[in-house]
This record gives sequence, structure tokens and C-alpha cells, in this order.
Amino acid sequence: MRLTQGAFSFLPDLTDEQIGKEIQYALDHGWPISIEYTDDPHPRNSYWEMYGLPMFDVKDAVGILADVKKAIAEHPDEYVKVNAYDARLGRQTTALSFIVGRPKHEKGFRLDRTTGPDRQIIYSVHSYATDKPHGERYKN
Amino acid sequence: MSEAPLVAADGRLDLDEAFASSRVGEVLDKLDRELIGLAPVKTRIRELAHLLLIDKLRKQIGLAAEPPPLHMSFTGRPGTGKTTVAMRMAEILHRLGYIRKGHLVVATRDDLVGQYIGHTAPKTKEVLKRAMGGVLLIDEAYYLYKPENERDYGGEAIEILLQVMENQRDDLVVVFAGYKDRMDTFFSSNPGLSSRVANHIDFPDYSAEELMSIAKLMVGKLNYEFSPGAETAFDEYVRLRLDQPQFANARSIRNAIDRARLRQATRLFEHGGVVTAGDLKTIEEGDIRKSRIFEMTASGG
Repeated sequence: MRLTQGAFSFLPDLTDEQIGKEIQYALDHGWPISIEYTDDPHPRNSYWEMYGLPMFDVKDAVGILADVKKAIAEHPDEYVKVNAYDARLGRQTTALSFIVGRPKHEKGFRLDRTTGPDRQIIYSVHSYATDKPHGERYKN
Repeated sequence: MSEAPLVAADGRLDLDEAFASSRVGEVLDKLDRELIGLAPVKTRIRELAHLLLIDKLRKQIGLAAEPPPLHMSFTGRPGTGKTTVAMRMAEILHRLGYIRKGHLVVATRDDLVGQYIGHTAPKTKEVLKRAMGGVLLIDEAYYLYKPENERDYGGEAIEILLQVMENQRDDLVVVFAGYKDRMDTFFSSNPGLSSRVANHIDFPDYSAEELMSIAKLMVGKLNYEFSPGAETAFDEYVRLRLDQPQFANARSIRNAIDRARLRQATRLFEHGGVVTAGDLKTIEEGDIRKSRIFEMTASGG
């Protein structure tokens, strides 16, 4: 099941050129870029691992794109995403975030229903990947 | 960058038209206006701009050639305008489409070389990342190479620089800057580097007259003016300073003016009472004459 988080996730995977253009778009708006990766892609997991520090004062996408490619190559069995942070007062939030790298086999999620007090149904989203320990989740 | 085709339908090229539409002339004029003296430097920059424009025209009519090598070395004593020229150079290269962004990143040894094993590469790469699409000026580049210490990490930084200079010529232009003699030794001990740096531009020292015009330009920009007495005094000051060790050309002039401003403010305060706009604007002879340099030469004979 294809993970659909962030921008462009319903589109086919972006090519390197397209990723470069998106990064350049962010830089032209003055949003510094950071790269993150994880093997726990639960939609509520907002703590992905940082791949290096956020990159400030960069004007051109070429250097960042090289880092993005390196991040994907180093984490082939994990999700890799690119974040662009808008630091302007009043915004101060992630302005653009999109997934650039995915494991070959995405395991998806299951919906658990638990009966609570008064026959109330409690729903929870369970990621199949997290059945295995960290580091083995997307390996076959 | 939007650009109209420079080649007319009949295949003839209008050079003047091409030159005007690239808007490089503006930058060259600005260089002429803002920087006093430096005639050989300006000629070299102009020549280089012409070469780049012709190369671009040739490319448009399909006369393929290797892109001209753009990495440069600027040699000259401190305060001779190397950084300013590098900034203009970035603008020219940007307007001609040789680099994408046209910004200047200045780096020294500290920014490139790390403290321990494995620290240098990320540091250098970080600086390179910031410089992508623009011009990277490495100030006092010879400090990168310390042959007397074989465990120095400067060599690693040079390696990475070389790789990027060779493989990513479209992405950034590297300018090495520093004193002439030390740069020469630096290049001769790093043949790989010197063969990749094609344009060597030497910045001559300023003459006393040129320094005086620079001073007047600076004073004017700060909305001050010299009184006639102050002008003679400053002229004398410049001549005395020229012979001093540690004289840093335009930068020393800038500092001298800043000190004169300080003395002018002190003088006005000590005087007290009412001041006119003229008083606030004028630097008097006394503000210059109080400089240490006049005492030193007076007592020293």
C-alpha cells in the first residue's frame, strides 16, 4: 500500500529533476531544506530521524539534491522525505514536505477495532512494519 | 533568465545588440565607477566578459567548444578590492548565464578545514553547498596547504575542491585570493590546482592620488565632506601611511575616515552649544591632524 503523506504523494514518484525543481522552488521562497528518514511511517509519527542538519543559506538546489540522492541510497529500506521550513514570523512551520524515497515493498496499515466501555468502538491504525524491530522492518 | 535569441534570422550577429541585451555593460560601468584605479584588473575583467559573450554567441549558432575555464585567482595586497571585484564578477557571470544565482560566498581556511579526522569533508561540502550556483571566494587560500605539517587536513579540503571544480563547472566558480608571492608558492606546490585555474588577475597597490580619490568617494558616500585644510592634511596623511608596514590600502583609508568621524564628533561635543548642518557635515583639518601618524613622524624626525 502506497504511503500517502505530504505533498505529491498521490502522483507517481518524482524524478530527480522534478525533486530538484521543487527544492529550488522552496529555496527561492527562502525556506531552508532538511532531509529526514524513518522506518516507522505511522501517520502520527512526526519524529523522523534527521539526515544531517537543516541546510541554511543555500541558494541553489544542486548541492541539496546531491544530499537527497545520498540519503536515499543510504536508506533504501526506509522512507526519506524533504522538508522546507518557512521561518517567517506568523508562519514558522513546515511550508512544504514530500516523500522522495520509499522502501520497495510498502507494508501498509491495518485498522484495529477494540470494544471499549459501553460497547464503544475504539479505532487504531496499526503499521504492519512495526511488528518487526527497528532496522528489519522493510527488509524481505 | 529570459533571453531573446542573439542571432538574427539571416544568420548575422549584432555584437552591440548582444552586448546590450546581456546587460553586462551595466556591471562593467559600475565597476569603472565604483572602483578607482585598478586599470589592469578592469581590462582583464572586460576581456573576460567579451570572451564569455562571444562564447555564448558561438554556442547559439552551433559552434561547439569547451566552455571557457572560469576558475580564477586574484592576487594582491589587502584592501585592493579583491572581494568587491569578485562580487561584480559573480554578477557578470550570472548575467551571461554561466552561473545560475550570482551570489558570492567568502570562505577562509577555518570554514573549510576541520579539527579532527572526518571533520573536514562535511565542512568543505557544507560551504560548497552554499556556494552552488554562485562564486566561492577562498580568501588567503595558501593557508589551506601546510606542507610542514603532514597531518594537516588542508590537503583533504583541496582534494574536495578540486573534484568539484572539475566535475561541477556549471554549478560554481571558485576564486582563490591572497598575497601574490604566497599564492605563487601555493600554486606551484599544487600543480593539480594551478592547471585548473585559468585566469590569474593581479591587483596592483593604489597610488597616493588614487587613495585620495577613494577617500573623497568614501567621505561623500557617508555624507561628510573635507574642509580644504582637511583635504591637504589627509593627503599628507595618506603619503605617510603608504610607507607604514601593515598598510591595507582602501581598508586603511576607510578606518582612517572612521577615526576622523570619531574625532569630529568629540570635537563638536567638547565645543558644545549650537551646531549647524555644516558643522555636522564637515571634517576639519584638526580631526585629521590629531592622528598618531603625524606625531610619530614628527618625533621620529
